[in-house]
Amino acid sequence: MAEKKVGNQTVVFKNPPVVLAGYTVVGPKEGAGPLKDTFDLVLKDTYNGEKSWEKAEMKMLETSMRGAANKVNIPLECIDYSLAGDLLNQLVCSNFASRQIGLPFIGLYGACSTMALSIALGAMLIDGGFATKVLCSASSHHNTAERQYRLPTEQGNQRPLYAQWTVTGAGSLVLSDAGNGPKVTTATIGRIVDFGETDANNMGAAMAPAVADTIINHFNDLNRPSDYYDLVVTGDLGTVGLQLVSDIIRKSNLNIKNLNDCGVMIYKPEQDTHAGGSGCGCSAVVLGGYILNQMFKGELKRVLLIGSGCLHSPTTALQGETLPSIGHAISLEYI
Amino acid sequence: MLNNVIPAFIVGGIICVIGQLFMDLTKANITPSHVLVAYVTSGVILGSLGLYKPLVDIGGAGATVPLSGFGYALAKGALEAAESSGLIGAFTGGIQATAMGIAAALFFGYLVALVFNPKG
Repeated sequence: MAEKKVGNQTVVFKNPPVVLAGYTVVGPKEGAGPLKDTFDLVLKDTYNGEKSWEKAEMKMLETSMRGAANKVNIPLECIDYSLAGDLLNQLVCSNFASRQIGLPFIGLYGACSTMALSIALGAMLIDGGFATKVLCSASSHHNTAERQYRLPTEQGNQRPLYAQWTVTGAGSLVLSDAGNGPKVTTATIGRIVDFGETDANNMGAAMAPAVADTIINHFNDLNRPSDYYDLVVTGDLGTVGLQLVSDIIRKSNLNIKNLNDCGVMIYKPEQDTHAGGSGCGCSAVVLGGYILNQMFKGELKRVLLIGSGCLHSPTTALQGETLPSIGHAISLEYI
Repeated sequence: MLNNVIPAFIVGGIICVIGQLFMDLTKANITPSHVLVAYVTSGVILGSLGLYKPLVDIGGAGATVPLSGFGYALAKGALEAAESSGLIGAFTGGIQATAMGIAAALFFGYLVALVFNPKG
């Protein structure tokens, strides 16, 4: 009997883990966006003094991991597990950053949903009694992701207007069994939904049904009123996906008062990213930066974050397969 | 000089606009590589049917410099060599006629690869 599970997909934590702090590192483009003042560190360029973009991403992730622990003066040795993920093959950024950190490490791949997934699992580890402190992190880099998923950047391919721009950024959160801060109260683990989108540039449209599915299940499982949260924020659907999700939500008779998307929030329209931001780093830095700041200031009391991930590979996309997608939700509350 | 430049600009410009429209109006799975191959191939087809020659007569470099012009040169060379030396010529003529362009691409590509490191 799973006493902490309710409904189809949701867990309710008995002793909700506390988010002690977050630390965020972003690239120059994100550092010029509307949320620039909420990030802890803005890199001057996308290399950050390293020889390759991969090395820059690894360093960025390591910096955010160390930064989060430093912020609350917790020595790394006191952290029980590090949960991290990124977008590159074999999770190299997380693996290499974790090599420097030296903590027991669990690598996660949830594409752009990784941050929400790592927080959900980190909270389960703590509430389950397996850990007292967990580090949850995710990173992405625009240029490493272009090479991984699309084509060499030197080819200078044109992007369609519905394409999203992978965020260069890394974010880490320290979860703890005790302390002051917003608490992770519930988590809804998503299921894979695939409505048959085949255009790998149109991830917003591919992910929207999965995210809507998780949102609807979250509210049904918990029987919460649809205006319960001050902010319901999706991971990185971009303008196209956000529009689709709000349509589905409205048709499902959910009256969410403040629905937004990390990918829409992170860039200004003048920055010409087309449909907004994406990548693991997107929800990681918006959560670790803007949302946590607002929560610590008391401006936001209850937030639902739904990390959205598109779980295809470049090979399956070239073979004409559709884009299976997922959404994981976590609720952060001051209680 | 304007007598050459203006027709070249118009003919070359129209050829490029067609390529751009392919990129903008089709689904994103039509990539620049598809456009590249389609242009060379259509240059070969139009060239061998004699339909590309009028464009070259009007536009000059405006028609020979784009990728379709490369296809035209391939077809023209193959046809000419086939007339002079038969079937063997059909195979060798295209490359002979375009040897300068191919060798220059190889040479400068090699030079750039020696100097720069690809990073993306």
